[in-house]
Amino acid sequence: MPVVGIVRRSAYFDSVALMLAQREARELPGVEEAGVVMATEANKALLREGGLAFPDLDRAGPDDLVVAARAATLQQAEAAVARAQEALVRRRETAGGGAYRPKTIAAARRQLPQARLALVSVPGRFARAVAAEALDEGLHVLLFSDNVPLEHEIELKARSRAAGLLLMGPDCGTAIIAGAALGFANRVRAGRIGLVGAAGTGLQEVTSLIHRFGAGITHAIGTGSRDLSEAVGGVTMLQGLRALALDPATAVIVLVSKPPAPAVAATVLAAAAACGKPVVVAFLGAQVAAGGNVHAAVSLEDAARQAVRLVGGGDPGPPALRGLPAQEAARLHAGARYLRGLFSGGTLCYETLVLLRPHIGPIYSNAPLVPEDVLDPVTRSRGHAVVDMGGDEFTQGRLHPMLDPTLRLQRLRQEAADPETAVIDLDVVLGYGAHPDPATALAPVLREVREAARRAGRYLVVVGSVCGTDEDPQDAAAQREVLAEAGMLVEDSNARAARLAGLVLEGRGAPRAAWTPSRVAPAAVPPPWPEVGPIASLLAGRPAVISVGLDLFTESLQTQGVPVVAVDWRPPAGGKPHLMDLLDRLEA
Amino acid sequence: MDINAANQIALDRILGAQPALVGVAPARDVIPGMRPDLILHAGPPVTWDRASGPLRGAVIGGLLFEGLAATEAEAVALVERGDVRLAPCHHHAAVGPMAGVTTASMQVYVVEDRGSGARAYSNLNEGYGKVLRYGAYAGDVLARLRWMNDVLGPAVADALARMGGLDLKSLIAQQLTMGDEGHNRNRAGSALFGRLLAPHLARVGLPAEALEAVLRYFADNDLAVLNPVMAACKVTMDAAHGVAGSTVVTCMARNGTDFGIRVSGLGDRWFVAPAEVPVGLYFPGFSAADANPDIGDSTITETAGIGAFAMAAAPAIVKFVGGTPAEAVAATLEMYEITVGENPTFGLPPLDFRGTPTGIDIRKVVRTGLTPRVNTGIAHHRPGVGQIGAGLVRPPMACFEQAVEAMAEALGR
Repeated sequence: MPVVGIVRRSAYFDSVALMLAQREARELPGVEEAGVVMATEANKALLREGGLAFPDLDRAGPDDLVVAARAATLQQAEAAVARAQEALVRRRETAGGGAYRPKTIAAARRQLPQARLALVSVPGRFARAVAAEALDEGLHVLLFSDNVPLEHEIELKARSRAAGLLLMGPDCGTAIIAGAALGFANRVRAGRIGLVGAAGTGLQEVTSLIHRFGAGITHAIGTGSRDLSEAVGGVTMLQGLRALALDPATAVIVLVSKPPAPAVAATVLAAAAACGKPVVVAFLGAQVAAGGNVHAAVSLEDAARQAVRLVGGGDPGPPALRGLPAQEAARLHAGARYLRGLFSGGTLCYETLVLLRPHIGPIYSNAPLVPEDVLDPVTRSRGHAVVDMGGDEFTQGRLHPMLDPTLRLQRLRQEAADPETAVIDLDVVLGYGAHPDPATALAPVLREVREAARRAGRYLVVVGSVCGTDEDPQDAAAQREVLAEAGMLVEDSNARAARLAGLVLEGRGAPRAAWTPSRVAPAAVPPPWPEVGPIASLLAGRPAVISVGLDLFTESLQTQGVPVVAVDWRPPAGGKPHLMDLLDRLEA
Repeated sequence: MDINAANQIALDRILGAQPALVGVAPARDVIPGMRPDLILHAGPPVTWDRASGPLRGAVIGGLLFEGLAATEAEAVALVERGDVRLAPCHHHAAVGPMAGVTTASMQVYVVEDRGSGARAYSNLNEGYGKVLRYGAYAGDVLARLRWMNDVLGPAVADALARMGGLDLKSLIAQQLTMGDEGHNRNRAGSALFGRLLAPHLARVGLPAEALEAVLRYFADNDLAVLNPVMAACKVTMDAAHGVAGSTVVTCMARNGTDFGIRVSGLGDRWFVAPAEVPVGLYFPGFSAADANPDIGDSTITETAGIGAFAMAAAPAIVKFVGGTPAEAVAATLEMYEITVGENPTFGLPPLDFRGTPTGIDIRKVVRTGLTPRVNTGIAHHRPGVGQIGAGLVRPPMACFEQAVEAMAEALGR
């Protein structure tokens, strides 16, 4: 089969733009494989393995763009290469808006003087410099980038704390500031509940459920996944807590995280106890000592319920299940024993493990609760298995499953074909930044695998939930309907989907296993409050944003009508490490 | 050494310069170190064997003009034997467009910084067609040079003396509000120049025919003011040169073979890389295959923050940047990303009179990957054919990368 490939020297594109172009090229008739990548050694190896080697490939370097395609005919391969290049240019133009795209944050600020926040999603090794430039410009930062070295995070947060600026991240996927959805976030009614979260889909789930229960939010502040580690010390969470405590619009505060480091949890809980407002704490997998104004939640849904009650939003009603566990369990054949969960949201995956392990025993995972439960190899499930499809193993050189369902659909077929599979648990995450219609992508495969099981004389229980609101671009109600029609038992929350799965499997006589969550209690003395004056002004109104990195997020802000200027970012000094190092020394 | 503080000093000196055209005089009388056997040329140093067609032609023409050689062969022999020496204009406080060839008896403009008294020099502009600066040296070329030397130069010198000099900073500020960017377009500035000189030229005692020829020179030559503007930029950037620790570029120049830059805090060193062929529009009958690599000292205008840096001011020549005024504005906006500050004297009307981007910082160039923009004429690679187009060129990034390395070394970082 003919392979066509081109190299464009010194052409940088962000990874999402590349992967979307690649997907577009792959979908053309006759195309067997297509690659649109920066020519790093790793990517070149992937192209060769994928049968996409071509004569110029060896000479391409990490600053060069490579587009290659293999197709049934030469014309089709050429057409794919042309389409991918066109897609890259088209994307850049739509993200551009005006004639001039600034190259630096300083220049972008001049175009948008009212900007208060920088949304930074450049590759992790460049993140420190970009975030530091934003802080120097007096901007709050949402640092979406992951793979940022821990020492960079510590240094950046020391700077932001001293300046009274918020540094959300690194690895912060979600925030909602005064109605502006940043990163992966949902469209949530305005209300009186403020949130601070170290867990992206955790914030998405709690905010969406608050909306579903009829209440609304002021802000959802992300902290990044490592903020509550010993080394970072909860800098951002303490700033966020303080800012919400002083925010006149916020009546109730919710804190969301996986279990923090014990010392940091103690500090944060002491601060919460002293903050002067009711605080609901959802530290998933930890047992929080409640008391006074501090309320402990056992799940994300529980956190949303308690917050809505505290804010006087009425009773959301009992958390009844929609599915009928005994009836479902009765339809399973004898050999069907195991849960197989395939998640796109990391926190939703984690919550499922926390809620189910006490009931159904060890659950293997690529993000296990306890080290001995690790799923290895991650590609083959055994026993109860719950997989975070957004884990690094699945996202190297690929889009996140919230954006591109391909890998999860493949895995879904694989799990459904396993006669030991009894229950499949899925999450569907909506909102800005996510796939435009995930239910429609999922539904035909659900039908297909259920039908295949039926023909094989088996029955598959498919449970799941939709994380999102009716106001999201995808419309949660419509998404639920599509999934229910395809045979999914769509529960009202991730926690309830887990509970349904657990009840079905308990009916199968699955063993229970002891697992005790860690206990955390407040420290005796609350920490000194950080200065948050600039954060209060950030929260005072919908922010104008400078976006550095993924065009996807710029487009999402444009859709929302948030004033945004995109920086036409390129790796500094053409990505040459020697010159980058010299420049850093000359800036010092 | 705080680099930002050093750059602020350099910027303050650029903004503080007050260039005025104070006279016209033979090079040997005014240019420091000028000698009869010295040929000044554009760009960084270059040896004869590496010199491009237009530069070779201009050197030959200069030697014929000086009477040092009677034929092309004699001229070449003089250079090859080392009987005459080549040196960059920039080594002698001078600048010249294209080949930039300046010889001892040529009349040159004298531009003085009224604040410091420092001076810079530039030859007289020959106008269009077959001209020495593009490497032509036929009899008519030399005859015109002689007329410029014998009639035009002295007349302008006398007029300037009567005027007490001419404020070039103010003239540049005005031309930027009249559709010029000061490098490729100088139509408005040249009109102003002629208008300011004319009443005084009328009183310098020229016979009517000679006066007519002088006035016609200004009437016909849209580039008349380019050379004094370049000298004004030169004296301005010389003021900013030599600030220890400063990463501001004080000179960019090309000799048709190499592009070279100098940096305020890095002394007399040139940072050099092969010059590129400009991208542009060609006159009928010519194409990029005919073009010589980039040549001339006129990049001193961009170095000082005008020329391509002031592209937003020149909608008439937007064809060079893509065709729309928005692209011209974008060209200027881009240059703010690599400069230290703005020159409030040179306000740009389309940008609400924002000052021109001024003081190229080698660090910003390397970090952003944006090299300075340069508007330029394009020379034919064969001597004497002349200008074949105009367009855009960027200096090689290697010049700036070398300079960053040298600065890190100089500062021990």
